[in-house]
Amino acid sequence: MLTKRIIPCLDIKNGRTVKGVNFVNLRDAGDPVELAKQYAVKGADELVFLDISATLEGRKTMIDMVLQVAEQVNIPFTVGGGISSVEDVDVLLKSGADKVSINSSAVKRPELINELANKFGSQCVVVAIDAKQIDSEWKVHLAGGSIPTNLDLFEWAKEVEQRGAGEILFTSMNNDGTKNGFANEALAKLSETLNIPIIASGGAGTVQHFVDTFKEGKADAALAASVFHFGEIAIKDLKEELRDNNIEVRL
Amino acid sequence: MKIVIINYGAGNIKSIQFAFKRLGYDAILSNNPEEIEAADKVIFPGVGEASSAMSMLRTSGLDTLIPTLKQPVLGICLGMQLMCNSSEEGNTIGLGIFNTEVKRFNNTVKVPQMGWNTITNLKTDLFNGVKNREFMYCVHSFYAENCNQSIAVTNYGLDYASALQRDNFYGVQFHPEKSSTAGEQLLKNFIELK
Repeated sequence: MLTKRIIPCLDIKNGRTVKGVNFVNLRDAGDPVELAKQYAVKGADELVFLDISATLEGRKTMIDMVLQVAEQVNIPFTVGGGISSVEDVDVLLKSGADKVSINSSAVKRPELINELANKFGSQCVVVAIDAKQIDSEWKVHLAGGSIPTNLDLFEWAKEVEQRGAGEILFTSMNNDGTKNGFANEALAKLSETLNIPIIASGGAGTVQHFVDTFKEGKADAALAASVFHFGEIAIKDLKEELRDNNIEVRL
Repeated sequence: MKIVIINYGAGNIKSIQFAFKRLGYDAILSNNPEEIEAADKVIFPGVGEASSAMSMLRTSGLDTLIPTLKQPVLGICLGMQLMCNSSEEGNTIGLGIFNTEVKRFNNTVKVPQMGWNTITNLKTDLFNGVKNREFMYCVHSFYAENCNQSIAVTNYGLDYASALQRDNFYGVQFHPEKSSTAGEQLLKNFIELK
């Protein structure tokens, strides 16, 4: 049976992880390659690297990092942040990334999804959607959530699927950073209306939140950052708890 | 040990090369027929769409070369699918090495299948030291129908052939290069095949 995936997400700036990481037995907690290796050993199913470098130099360093991760890590990984063209994706995939994640650039030019799916295959195209619930309506936001749009989450998600995305990474801005659980109602609606995998993001605080997002939110995968980076939740413990709740995981 | 990864323009082959490097082998990327024929082991990778991958094979004449190879050949993902008789994807005629058809998952399951699934009914030395119900990483929308050449079976809505074998030809639907230590064991087994 296909298992539910647990995905740690690392923010990368100029080749280093930011927001800090608090791992024991790690020589250099800022080194994304070291961290990725640790996560692979600890049972993470995939990894996501989000490039938040604002400079060209930072971008080059990112490509270097992708190459090193591909060389040294034996699980799949996705790279997101600052991707707006077929050329950007070509470089990342050639450097060994398994998938790329696009967000604002897809909203600005939706044809990008078709272009990427046609050239590289749907399996490597993740479309990330940040949305906020305002007066019971879920509105898509851009640029890390700073720019609101009139796009409805569910309509946009449907279009994204039709254009050839292989997967959707949905972050609820209402939940992100709260550690109060994932946006399970919206997630379940996405999962039921679409036929591609949905990754839940935003709100992870406890093991129970993961149980809930798989059961109530019907998510195919769950992504989190700080609860993993600061060792608040160990991936192995999390997966054992999920298994005890009859959720299929890779252990 | 000379390992050649067939480089015909389909997909991310760097990951496979890196996986061999982690095992201590330098695999070469090549589309040169002589170099491929002279290899001890051949990897036939592939990611993307079947009909365009097949036409790239034809352009380079590799479609006639691959079925005549005598050394162990391992098709991975789309590579394995192209070794079958045909694929529903782009109505593609395959290389006919494996006597089975490739079909699309129907929409009772999410497509693509993405993530870790178990392999069972393991046969041949390719799976030495790999336990029954081991997890492998899968990313695909099409599957090979289960048949008497299946050497591993996976269930996703239905049972399909997650690995195939005929003579010196092997194929795996999952990505051993991305399947943690179990995947590395499989690649190591492939290198050790006689």
